[in-house]
Amino acid sequence: MMISGAEIVIRCLQEEKVDCVFGYPGGSVLHIYDALFKQEQVKHILVRHEQAAVHAADAYSRSSQRVGVALVTSGPGVTNTVTGIATAYMDSVPMVVLTGQVPTAYIGQDAFQECDTVGITRPCVKHNFLVKDVKDLAITIKKAFHIAATGRPGPVVVDIPKDVTAQMCEFEYPKTIQMRSYNPVVKGHLGQIKKAVQLLAEAKRPIIYTGGGVILSDAAEKLTQLARRLNFPVTNTLMGLGGYPATDRQFVGMLGMHGTFEANMAMHYADVILAVGARFDDRVIGNPANFGEEPRKIIHIDIDPSSISKRVKVDVPIVGNVPDVLEEILKLMDAGFKADAGVADWWKQIEEWRGRDCLRYKQDKLIMPHYVVQKLYEVTGGDAFVTSDVGQHQMFAAQYYKFDQPRRWINSGGLGTMGVGLPYGMGVLFANPGAQVACITGEASIQMCIQELSTCKQYELPIKIINLNNGYLGMVRQWQEMFYSSRYSQSYVSSLPDFVKLAESYGHVGMKIERPEDVEPALRKAFTEHKNDLVFMDFIVDPTANVFPMVAAGKGLTDMILAEDL
Amino acid sequence: MRHIISILIENEAGALSRVAGLFSARGYNIESLTVAPTEDPSLSRMTIVTWGSDEVLEQITKQLNKLVDVVKVVDLSEAAHVERELMLIKVRATGKDREEMKRMADIFRGRIVDVTESTYVVELTGASSKLDSFIAALDAGLILETVRTGVCGIGRGDRILKV
Repeated sequence: MMISGAEIVIRCLQEEKVDCVFGYPGGSVLHIYDALFKQEQVKHILVRHEQAAVHAADAYSRSSQRVGVALVTSGPGVTNTVTGIATAYMDSVPMVVLTGQVPTAYIGQDAFQECDTVGITRPCVKHNFLVKDVKDLAITIKKAFHIAATGRPGPVVVDIPKDVTAQMCEFEYPKTIQMRSYNPVVKGHLGQIKKAVQLLAEAKRPIIYTGGGVILSDAAEKLTQLARRLNFPVTNTLMGLGGYPATDRQFVGMLGMHGTFEANMAMHYADVILAVGARFDDRVIGNPANFGEEPRKIIHIDIDPSSISKRVKVDVPIVGNVPDVLEEILKLMDAGFKADAGVADWWKQIEEWRGRDCLRYKQDKLIMPHYVVQKLYEVTGGDAFVTSDVGQHQMFAAQYYKFDQPRRWINSGGLGTMGVGLPYGMGVLFANPGAQVACITGEASIQMCIQELSTCKQYELPIKIINLNNGYLGMVRQWQEMFYSSRYSQSYVSSLPDFVKLAESYGHVGMKIERPEDVEPALRKAFTEHKNDLVFMDFIVDPTANVFPMVAAGKGLTDMILAEDL
Repeated sequence: MRHIISILIENEAGALSRVAGLFSARGYNIESLTVAPTEDPSLSRMTIVTWGSDEVLEQITKQLNKLVDVVKVVDLSEAAHVERELMLIKVRATGKDREEMKRMADIFRGRIVDVTESTYVVELTGASSKLDSFIAALDAGLILETVRTGVCGIGRGDRILKV
């Protein structure tokens, strides 16, 4: 039976078991929206700005194991998605973005709402396609889902001209796909894995350093198993939080620019680093020239060969899918693995570092942002999905909310996109209906996608917005205080709205919390009495609070500024 | 060090911009780039001359391999290979220079492919260094125009880049 290109798009989504699509209609996708209207299997979530559609699809993916899907129109619809696509690309999130395009005959003529979608998105996608013939439509969408979800995942854009969605064609969805130019490696090289096990056995000061790759490949369980067998300390990157239970004794906290004293010291002085699904980026190790003490050996497991030896020279590279490689290591260890006795002394050293209690802070008259996150952790039993925006609040969230499970901490690590928090909360709730979702944000970030309060009302999404309101672009202010002699250039946010009234005007619940003793009761009320409401909690916090420890940009990991030094 | 990277890539719209975009986005150098379909029209063969440290070259190769359209990548300059570039050069050929130009073309095994009363177009093929030498050997004032294709190359003997 012949069906239209628009119907083919929907049938493909159904075949991929896509249950919801985040989008915004417009001229060149009208045929597709008509086909959506005529069925019920694929639900459409109408956002208020295309950027939010992509962020929501991104979080849908991050918080589940499924590929998020967004659908937008041509021209401005596409350009509005670019921030969202780049955000997902930097954090390797599998996502398919379907974009409308002007009819093929108009392409290149500066038609109304035309833009070079493939050209504009090319540097921030894993791959993209322009479908010029309806006969290629189904196979292209199949390829898009395949490419997005396999290897090192990432966003894929499929650009579909309007005439292609009107043309008729037989529909056949391929079951599998073979591409001669795309065959990601899965199994690690056994010889290298053997070398790795040997190094682990000889290590006297080992550390396991894991990143977002552990979360994305669903390897948290295998990693935990391995780490416990080894009894080595574990540190996570910002993207890797939840990859190893944060409440476990072996966990030394996040590392990097705002990592814990013990994690950064252990990373620096380690003699063997087992890096898993992490990429030694600048916010994690600082300046590579100042990183670590030689002699030192690095084992690096990653599915992307280009991540290996990119910033730091690696001794044992293992290219492969993280859980598969970890499984191989565990198997080899069954043949009588014994860790070096020296590790006991290493633990003593780590405990001494841990004794500095670097995340200490004082809760006095003004509400401290750390305190709010800590209370949120207690009130939600550590079990919430936590989304965040970007800045100080993001670091406080990462430091003080202890994630014991993967896919619970949803934030923009690589690109550092302000404004993601609220749409991320939406995506999480569509992937995990009924879950507790807190969006930790600031008064500046939240205003970057504030229009989505309307979407949240339409779909009754009970997100709890934790607005750590310090009246400043906090992280900018902190850098200006520390490195620009307190010249606060443009970091003060004046003319703030009354967030309580704003929330209420959208039909949500608003609260303003100004005293430390009101923090916990407000949170409790939000999560019990207002369980089913979106609650906007505007916490007026100490405007001078800074994030510590801190490694200044370009310094080495041991060059930390601690709160106690000040 | 100078390297010659050979790439087999799906012959699809935009494939060239993916490669060129990768080089500009990551700050890699391109000295020359040539591309044309192979005997299998669904595949294009691209030759890029670049330079950089071993670490940079390792990243270039890995990043190219990561492009979804790229089927194979090889660094030709790692082993024995043949390298050729074509140049067309238009020179002033009048008076005593006319005979001199003809002689220079012969010495470099070039061919004169266009003749007017006052100009020659010389076609010259060889490694880039040979083309450079030819230009250096001419009186700069007589060169009217040059056009070079950029390098293409192929491995010697059993080194074959094929799907």
